[in-house]
Amino acid sequence: MPFIPHTEDDVREMLQTIGAGSIEALFDEIPQNLRIRSLDEVPPGLSEPEVMRLMAERARRDGRARCFIGAGAYEHHIPAAVWSTVTRGEFYSAYTPYQAEASQGTLQTIYEYQSMMSSLTGMQVSNASLYDGATAVAEACLMAVRANRKSKSARILLPRSLHPHYRVVTIATASNQGLQFDELPFDRAGGQVNAASLGAFDGQDVTAVVIQQPNFFGVLEDVDALTDWAHAHAAMVIAVVNPTALAVLKPPGEWGTKGADIVVGDGQPFGCPLSSGGPYFGFMTTRMEYVRQMPGRIVGRTVDLDGRPGFTLTLQAREQHIRRAKATSNICTNQGLLMMAGTVYLSLMGAEGLERVAETSMARTDELQRALTALPGVRRIFTRPVFHEVALRLDRPVAPVLAALAERDIQGGIDLSVYYPELGQSMLVCATETKTQGDIQAYVTALGEVLRSAQAA
Amino acid sequence: MSMQLREKLIFEHSRPGRGARGQWPPAPAAVPAIPEELRRKQRALLPEVSELDVVRHFTRLSQLNFSIDTHFYPLGSCTMKYNPKACNAAAMLPEFLGRHPLAPSPHSQGFLECMFELQEMLKAVTGMRGVALSPLAGAHGEFAGVAMIRAYHRARGDLQRNEIIVPEAAHGTNPATATMCGCVAREVAVGPDGDVDVEALRAAVGPKTAGIMLTNPSTLGVFERRIEQVAGIVHAAGGLLYYDGANLNAILGKVRPGDMGFDVIHMNLHKTFSTPHGGGGPGAGAVGVSARLLPFLPVPVVVREGSEDDGQYRWLDEADLPQSIGRLTTFGGNAGVLLRAYVYMRMLGREGMHRVGEYATLNANYLAARLQQAGYEAAFPTRRASHEFILTLKKLAQQHGVTAMDVAKRLLDLGFHAPTTYFPLLISECLLIEPTETESKETLDAFVRAMEQILREAQDDPEHLHRAPHTLPVRRLDDVRAARELNLAYREPAR
Amino acid sequence: MSNIPADLRYARSHEWLRTLSDGNVEVGISDHAQEALGDLVYVQLPDVGRDLAAQEACAVVESVKAASDVYAPVGGKVIEVNEALVKEPELINQDPYGRGWLMRLKPAGSDAAGLLSATDYKTVAEEA
Repeated sequence: MPFIPHTEDDVREMLQTIGAGSIEALFDEIPQNLRIRSLDEVPPGLSEPEVMRLMAERARRDGRARCFIGAGAYEHHIPAAVWSTVTRGEFYSAYTPYQAEASQGTLQTIYEYQSMMSSLTGMQVSNASLYDGATAVAEACLMAVRANRKSKSARILLPRSLHPHYRVVTIATASNQGLQFDELPFDRAGGQVNAASLGAFDGQDVTAVVIQQPNFFGVLEDVDALTDWAHAHAAMVIAVVNPTALAVLKPPGEWGTKGADIVVGDGQPFGCPLSSGGPYFGFMTTRMEYVRQMPGRIVGRTVDLDGRPGFTLTLQAREQHIRRAKATSNICTNQGLLMMAGTVYLSLMGAEGLERVAETSMARTDELQRALTALPGVRRIFTRPVFHEVALRLDRPVAPVLAALAERDIQGGIDLSVYYPELGQSMLVCATETKTQGDIQAYVTALGEVLRSAQAA
Repeated sequence: MSMQLREKLIFEHSRPGRGARGQWPPAPAAVPAIPEELRRKQRALLPEVSELDVVRHFTRLSQLNFSIDTHFYPLGSCTMKYNPKACNAAAMLPEFLGRHPLAPSPHSQGFLECMFELQEMLKAVTGMRGVALSPLAGAHGEFAGVAMIRAYHRARGDLQRNEIIVPEAAHGTNPATATMCGCVAREVAVGPDGDVDVEALRAAVGPKTAGIMLTNPSTLGVFERRIEQVAGIVHAAGGLLYYDGANLNAILGKVRPGDMGFDVIHMNLHKTFSTPHGGGGPGAGAVGVSARLLPFLPVPVVVREGSEDDGQYRWLDEADLPQSIGRLTTFGGNAGVLLRAYVYMRMLGREGMHRVGEYATLNANYLAARLQQAGYEAAFPTRRASHEFILTLKKLAQQHGVTAMDVAKRLLDLGFHAPTTYFPLLISECLLIEPTETESKETLDAFVRAMEQILREAQDDPEHLHRAPHTLPVRRLDDVRAARELNLAYREPAR
Repeated sequence: MSNIPADLRYARSHEWLRTLSDGNVEVGISDHAQEALGDLVYVQLPDVGRDLAAQEACAVVESVKAASDVYAPVGGKVIEVNEALVKEPELINQDPYGRGWLMRLKPAGSDAAGLLSATDYKTVAEEA
């Protein structure tokens, strides 16, 4: 029996100890009419060699195309040491570290993670991870409503240039608690949110302003002006950041005069494979004064009975298992193993290695966009500087072009018009440090062919 | 074996100028300029260490942990069963790891076929009509479920229904979820036999009832025998029934929530379907619904268009499901976790599925019987244990001053992870014990011997128990100091 | 057995109330309550100037294993809070009826009728 070790003798002895005639008798409290008749829809079991062959075939069908898609999930090199460490059974198969004495490995890793993320974002405290980038933005909005005691409106400004999935997830999640969302437009020439557009909200009660850096188009926002506007209007600032970019971009703790109040994002670029969208991990850091409003688990350093240092979950009275209906969030299981992968990744990279990743990704994207816009009919849409993604306009509908590229095993980007009809025939492309000049050349050649063959047709 | 009991912080291994340079990309020739006012001025505090430093540091840290791979882990309500290695190996195939969530259709069919079949198998074992895989953990699935209940009532113009009924013994996530969904949690009493007090329930339901959240078997480790009556009362009042899948392992292959009358359910794939807990995630909290909630499922959901042999798979999104509660995750869910659960279910197959509930129940009842013979007191001695059971140490506390916490900590010394302590809150000094089906009789017998030893120690030397653990990397930690003098991040020592 | 001073009045939810010479009242939590909660690590106090209704949740006391709302035993305006608790929540454990006081209120009316005497509260505390 797969994964069940019992011998017939075991079963007999165990039933004898219990005083039951059969395993079936152990279900005597369940009404007979409710019992399952059959499970015919479930296929018969497979042995390990059979299932591995099946999975290898399925995987092979999807292949390994050259990927130039970003849009919130980025293909970075993951050092071999990351997953060989993280999948050790002692990490992989452990539970949430409630029994601190038996979980110092996980707890210390979380403490190290909290330290790294606090410093990277320029904030004082970090939690032990949230689910993903989108849910982290939703949690940050709910947290801002609890933390901003000057504001009564529960009203949040969301840029239209925020990742569109982050926008819809935030609204679907937080509207249940009565939050109101207003959209901030982006500048059609530069691609950034204009601080001037915030003037429309002068004199109104705004709880928080969300600022994504770089924004969904890869464009760098004027974070100082936006942050200072928010603080001048008693609104909190929620920074949504790409963590790789923080190696080279000013940390949110230094935005404007006072710095952002809550920082969130998706930690996927730190050691998490693309893996069809997950598991990744959401991160959140904040100022010490807001720590009791923060959702999720937090580890603190303390001492044991003998006065020796150790680590434990702390501030648990915020959480659902104690505070129940009044908890800061219902979150309990988060993305521990991915947070751990991120910590190992950051340890290997250090600040200098992370700078290399960020700078090389910027350089590759720049090379890519130069080569692509040299093709007839391909133009860059926005003028402001970008990080490692760029929005391009084509002289024809994008979807068939992307489909033709896919046939050539090139994932050329995403069709922006799905999310932004106002941008017309547009796409978003990305090149990280994993892309070689050969990869870029292959993309440019393929796109050139696709554009020419369509013209001929 | 000599285990190093302490490991410095990674920052304390750091030396200026060191680094795992072999893992870095080569420096680029030219980098586009970043405007001065947007540039980072000071490097973040990250360690400068070699690859060997990193590997040794985290390997040593791992050795300070208990885990399923190293220890019996009878943590009630958490279903710490063995996580088969094939599930991990299959999910870590390079094509699955490298697939972008927004990859085009031709590069997605293998993965989507797995997801579609996973949805179908989950429907079959739960008796629900539709399944969405995207929620990222149990509590996230709860959120999706209650949001669907709310959307259902709203779609019918029934705007006043905002009360979610939870039994007083419920998991804390249930009332917390009600709040997150803008509802109010209302508790109902549990009777002395562990079943919901039906009269109290009758009094609690009414025109404001949105629904009830139940685990069955309940958090008290017993099957809710009057479930059909409970369903009748809630449905008659216009409310819906939510099944919290925390305890699904107990009944897998024996009873289906759909047949009990539940309208919506979440499943913890990291419990019932054996994906790893990872020291606190990732989980996966897939949701299942009855026919009337189908239109409200969160997006995306996988469909097959065409026949089984040459059909095409794709994600349904907001445009396909206009009444959906929307998107709850950046992409389609914790795909890597879902793949592991898929492999596990394919390996069990229909025969194996029945055995999960059977052997989980056999192990729990055996352990309950042995521990009662050893002198421990069961909280519900007249009831059949489900996949888990509760001991109450009330007498031990009264007679010897030994608490559930003391027993839990002493078990760590003896090489067993502690059961769940102080939950459910209704039972004083309790241990909630869930052995799971993957543990052998020998392991259970060894656990009984450890519990027998602790009982002797409680009589002979209670102080030894108060001060346990004695053999772990750290002794009991000062939680009060941790909360009063918050130290949540390493700071570079002043030079 | 916990200490229940005879000169105070008590709420069933374990707050105590002391009438001061100027007619204002002082509020805290009982010895029994602090004992049940364990070592306190955090106290959240209301803003001075806030108007409270009787039985309104107005403060939170938190230990490592529990967090509990504190309810106003009578309605009134908050005129002073015990700032010392922000740094030293343990004052409540050490001296619940003295240095561990939470807030002072200017009572809005005379709705203290439902409060218990020390003798009656003793019964409540013993049952809990």
